[in-house]
Amino acid sequence: MNHNSDTKELLSASRASLIFKRFALELVENYVDLKELAIIGLQPRGVALAEVVMKELKAITSHDVLFGTLDNTFYRDDIGRSGEIHIPKPSKIDFSTEGKRIVLIDDVLYTGRSVRSAIDGLMRFGRPQSIELMVLVDRVFQREVPIKPDYIGVSIDSRNTEHYVRVNWLDDNKAEVWLKDKEND
Amino acid sequence: MTEVKQKHLLGIKGMNANQLETIFQTADNFLELLQSPVKKTPALRDVTIANLFFENSTRTRVSFELAEKRLGADVVNFSSSSSSVKKGETLIDTVNNILSMKVDMVVMRHPAPGACRFLSKHIDAQIINAGDGTHEHPTQALLDAFSMRNHFGGSIEGKKVVIVGDIKHSRVAISNIHALRLLGAEVMVCGPSTLIPKNIESLGVKVNTRIEEALEWADVANMLRIQLERQDARFFPSLREYTRLYGLDKNRLDALNKDLLVMHPGPINRGVEISSDVADSGQSIILQQVENGVAVRMAVLFLLAQGNL
Repeated sequence: MNHNSDTKELLSASRASLIFKRFALELVENYVDLKELAIIGLQPRGVALAEVVMKELKAITSHDVLFGTLDNTFYRDDIGRSGEIHIPKPSKIDFSTEGKRIVLIDDVLYTGRSVRSAIDGLMRFGRPQSIELMVLVDRVFQREVPIKPDYIGVSIDSRNTEHYVRVNWLDDNKAEVWLKDKEND
Repeated sequence: MTEVKQKHLLGIKGMNANQLETIFQTADNFLELLQSPVKKTPALRDVTIANLFFENSTRTRVSFELAEKRLGADVVNFSSSSSSVKKGETLIDTVNNILSMKVDMVVMRHPAPGACRFLSKHIDAQIINAGDGTHEHPTQALLDAFSMRNHFGGSIEGKKVVIVGDIKHSRVAISNIHALRLLGAEVMVCGPSTLIPKNIESLGVKVNTRIEEALEWADVANMLRIQLERQDARFFPSLREYTRLYGLDKNRLDALNKDLLVMHPGPINRGVEISSDVADSGQSIILQQVENGVAVRMAVLFLLAQGNL
């Protein structure tokens, strides 16, 4: 891949793979009873990460954990305000979340508004016992709502708003993460 | 997906296949939402919608109202029978008075063809056509096409659809023809020649006045209601004769020896254009159409509320 000088590698594919394994181990450590656990990937970009974490979890425990995908579009707070058109992606949660312990997974946490709306969207499937948040990249200092991740791959200072984070998914469930300059994308 | 911008939904004519697919994709997600225990979203919580019905409607009005409420919008209902229209107020005056109460969207049914387009040129609010005279009924066509698309696993390209009945007075037929042609379906209209408009072939449809041949050709039969309220002249000798020549009953269906999909936009005149045993049979998706109607209307409102369709 050809990257110009305005991009910076935040996570190499090998380091990202280690983080995926660490995420799975942290879940095993925190959730003694995996039957209570349900992993929900946020559409669109959190789903790939959630699937990888599921695979790592299965490799360690041989357990099938409840899995779903969630789209937050109908719960956004900027419908008709942002000028953008939001087309929803499928939400697929084939189980009641009532009493379950949920881990929401997204690739990048920035303002926190997506996660806020996702929590609203999740509530229509039942009242979970708890909800935790797992993100590959936490862009700190730009939160607009009080959302804090429980599992973090890497944290970066995002006071420079001219940058954004791009997670590139490669073959074999590998990913690399780049910090890019908005103007030169 | 191509981004297409449209402030109002006045008719299917002039739209493109990408826009329809965007609506369907959004409606798929609303359909999923409607199956879950909590069927509401707050997406349109700061939007006020006026439903202006200058003509009778049960299904469409209730479907729109439900769609609006499930999106969290504030809703005001208006029907001409209980309003100042009876006192001689003009359409623009009536609507402007309602809009001065800060209404963002207007869903309107009106007996005059083109009433919605006329209104869209004179007021700021977004307009959704819920049926204007014999012109168009876009959301009905969208929900019909959406129902067919879902039944056939995601596409109706190459499917053969016959629309049977009063084509001349039917806004449902015209909107359906536009939508189905955009999506690549073949369309035939069938009915007494007095109820088929001249030059309808110019819309890219076939015409056949013999229902047996039309049903033999088709994968889908959309049976239109005989609109008794629009029959000023006598277009056919009697209802009994219409039923005998164009009604879809069990004998006619069984003679086909294939799984014809049966649809009807409602309200049904049971025993006229369709018999009860066919309307209630496994080949009919009439109630599915009604269920899909709410999801499709939610999709239209949701996309328009974002400023663009």
